[in-house]
Amino acid sequence: MKRLSLFTICLIILVGSWLVLRFGIGGVVSVPIPASVIAMYMGLIIIAILVHISVEDSLFQEFLRPIRETLVDDRRRIRRRVIAVLIPLFLLGYTYSIIAQRASPPGSPRDAHPSPPLELTYKDEVIGTMQDVVNPFRHYEKDDPEAFKAHVENGRRVYYQNCFYCHGDHLDGQGHFAPYLQPLPANFQDPGIIPNFQESFFFWRISKGGPGLPAAGAPWDSAMPIWEDYLTQDEIWDVILFLSDYTGYQPRTFGEAH
Amino acid sequence: MKISKKRLYLIFACVLVAYAFLAIAPVFAQDATEAEYRPFPKIGSRNAAWIAAQLHLLFGSFILGVPMFAVIIEFIGWKTKDMRYDRMAQEFIKLCMGAFSTTALLGGVLVFILIWCYPKVMTKLSGIFGPTMIFYVVLFFGETFTLYLYSYGWDKMQGRHKGWHLFLGVLLNVFGTAIMFVSNAWLSYQTSPATQYGVLSEGRRKSWIEEKLAADPSLTPDTAMEGVTSHTMVPLHNETTGEFMGTVWDAVNNFTWMPVNIHRLVGNIAFGGSIVAAYAAFRFLVAKTKEDKAHYDWMGYTGNFIALCGLIPLPFLGYWLGREIYMFNNTMGINMMGSLFSWLFIIQAVMIGVLFIGANYYLWSGMGRIEGAEIYARYRPYMITVIVICVAIWMTPRTLSKISSASELSAMGGANHPHLGLFGLMTAKNTAVNIVILTTFLSFLFYRRSGKTPTASWGKVGNIAISSIFFLAVVSIVVIGIVGFTVPTDLRVNILTPYQVLVALAVMAVVTVVDIFMYRRATTSGTINWGEMTDRSQYVLILIAITFTSLMGLMGYARSGLREAWHIFGVMQDTSADAFTPLLSEAVNIVAIIMVVFFALVGFIFWLGLWGEKKKQDAAATAETAVTAEGDD
Repeated sequence: MKRLSLFTICLIILVGSWLVLRFGIGGVVSVPIPASVIAMYMGLIIIAILVHISVEDSLFQEFLRPIRETLVDDRRRIRRRVIAVLIPLFLLGYTYSIIAQRASPPGSPRDAHPSPPLELTYKDEVIGTMQDVVNPFRHYEKDDPEAFKAHVENGRRVYYQNCFYCHGDHLDGQGHFAPYLQPLPANFQDPGIIPNFQESFFFWRISKGGPGLPAAGAPWDSAMPIWEDYLTQDEIWDVILFLSDYTGYQPRTFGEAH
Repeated sequence: MKISKKRLYLIFACVLVAYAFLAIAPVFAQDATEAEYRPFPKIGSRNAAWIAAQLHLLFGSFILGVPMFAVIIEFIGWKTKDMRYDRMAQEFIKLCMGAFSTTALLGGVLVFILIWCYPKVMTKLSGIFGPTMIFYVVLFFGETFTLYLYSYGWDKMQGRHKGWHLFLGVLLNVFGTAIMFVSNAWLSYQTSPATQYGVLSEGRRKSWIEEKLAADPSLTPDTAMEGVTSHTMVPLHNETTGEFMGTVWDAVNNFTWMPVNIHRLVGNIAFGGSIVAAYAAFRFLVAKTKEDKAHYDWMGYTGNFIALCGLIPLPFLGYWLGREIYMFNNTMGINMMGSLFSWLFIIQAVMIGVLFIGANYYLWSGMGRIEGAEIYARYRPYMITVIVICVAIWMTPRTLSKISSASELSAMGGANHPHLGLFGLMTAKNTAVNIVILTTFLSFLFYRRSGKTPTASWGKVGNIAISSIFFLAVVSIVVIGIVGFTVPTDLRVNILTPYQVLVALAVMAVVTVVDIFMYRRATTSGTINWGEMTDRSQYVLILIAITFTSLMGLMGYARSGLREAWHIFGVMQDTSADAFTPLLSEAVNIVAIIMVVFFALVGFIFWLGLWGEKKKQDAAATAETAVTAEGDD
């Protein structure tokens, strides 16, 4: 059997990687990967191929051989003509895909996470600095497990009376209203949400809701109500306890400095 | 009329000076009254200060980094009695000499801009740091004279004076490092004007308690101390009036001072190495003789090796600095990694990826000039694959909302991809970076072994041991990374991540020792054909230097921008027209301009050096011809 040329192998790797990302990982294994992320990965794969073929001169010449043959060898006349037609067609299709009008709305430009203020407030009353405020009921977890349980239960009540419509039965952001919201409600089951923030951050987000989001990172597009208008401070702290208790994730704390 | 090259340069320089004068002329037309801010014409105060500060830092980094490894190389030359090392170290210092005055000049420009455009801020800072500024001047004189003695005394202090010459080199580094530490105190204080109770001066401890008692009359001196430990963060300013209440040492020893010092110290070595390697690459590309090609190939290799040595610990040190910023202020930390500056760190990941891929590429290319290195070529595709997968993980954004359409977001069920989104978390990224570092180390190990055959009887066992160490290390790093998803952040940041780093460092240390013993009496089956490198590999060295420069510029934007609209975070607000945080796109443009100016200046300085060298060579050649002619007569 004729051995594949280095150029063909590289082409197979390139096309194969795209198929795996687009339909394998982004289809069979998981949900689709955004086109921008696939483009980023494909860029890296192209770099990897270029690195491999150009490290050694002999490999580089071997890689270039079929290209050179296609361009100058008369025996490759048909291949040359086919490619001469395919390249403009590909560019045409690609250009069309970029500029064609689509009916879908644009994506949300929101930041990864809003930038919290330095001070934590509740209805204009300063509670303390964002850095230092802790959940006043958190210590019950060790000191008085029964009391802690009662606060978690109260948090559960608050959550299912107010939050689950958007954030979902299982705190996974898949509530009844979720499909109609943009951005989608936070998914507390995601390991990158609760462990990355202090409880004071969650208090701020819950109490101020969408309208209380900062100027930095605007425009925001959140449907979250200003919960300090409806919930007491204790209820907000309780619901935060419930979020971490239900998901098993601990909000961020800071150890000793060094 | 034919204009000579020299005259052309002169005209060009005059035009530049005239333009610069015209550009700043309106400034002098303004009243020199007391003002909080004065606008800098055309480009604005912030951009002017930004460009001057970043250029000063880049040159400063170069002249502080190069002497560190120059003195080590000189020491190696002295001990091995190999004069090639001595000559290379001298060449490194020659590069520094031209850059030294430019650094000072840019420092002066920066101070003028700051005093003119930000008088109130400078009054505040000089009021706090006055004594350190005097100390800085003393150190600067010390560094200048030591550098001159070290450079000009190089040829004279050979032989029995070499020890003293090396002492001068060490002294030069002491002065240089001290200067950097002093200036780091000023800028790190602007970011974190607080320090821990345990290292605080007695005076500030007292005034802080008094402030607490005054703010809350229900407190007593005892109850005010409840919960205060040696790690408690104490602001250095009165929280009501904003008045500075600490000592100079409190301000110097602020919370982020030491992490910035260490990060920059190692960064200088990496940056200096990369610039030297780029210089050598340029000389290699224009070299006409085999000897020159061989010499600059060797110099480029050394520069890249030094850059790699600095690059390997840098991600860890950057992580430490980031951790300390989080510790100082959570809001600042979130802004850095999860909010305003989060996309900057994706760019950072791309650039560090370029650095690691580039460094490995250069090592693999270098194996092409070693006879007998072919046996390691078969591992290369696997190593490329590992590096690319790790870089892909490192540069995968956590939140994809900004780069996804509404339908893609709906398909993902939110802004995070349910599986790839995990790569956006630090535990995955730390795992990836540790594996990239180990793979780079493996590349270097192959390079070191190329063309050599171990004669140690336990060679086979040694190889099995080294392979097992690598395998176990990668497995532990990956397992720790996976566990990192499930534990509280505090545990991950303070225990698991340092443990991952320790595993990588331990592997490098142990394997290096085993490898040295294994190859101690190795037979050499192939020689290194210095100078037989592809031109492509030299362009990679230049790319590495450009990437380092851009990276430093972008990270400078992050470090400074993190303060947002504060000159001194939480104490002195920026109320100027430039108080807003510039967009990432604007920052990238400014950094690109800085990079071009930096390389233009560096190129000019190197060209001046070459010019002088050429003149000397021409004079020597003329003299030789004259002597030969006389002999013929």
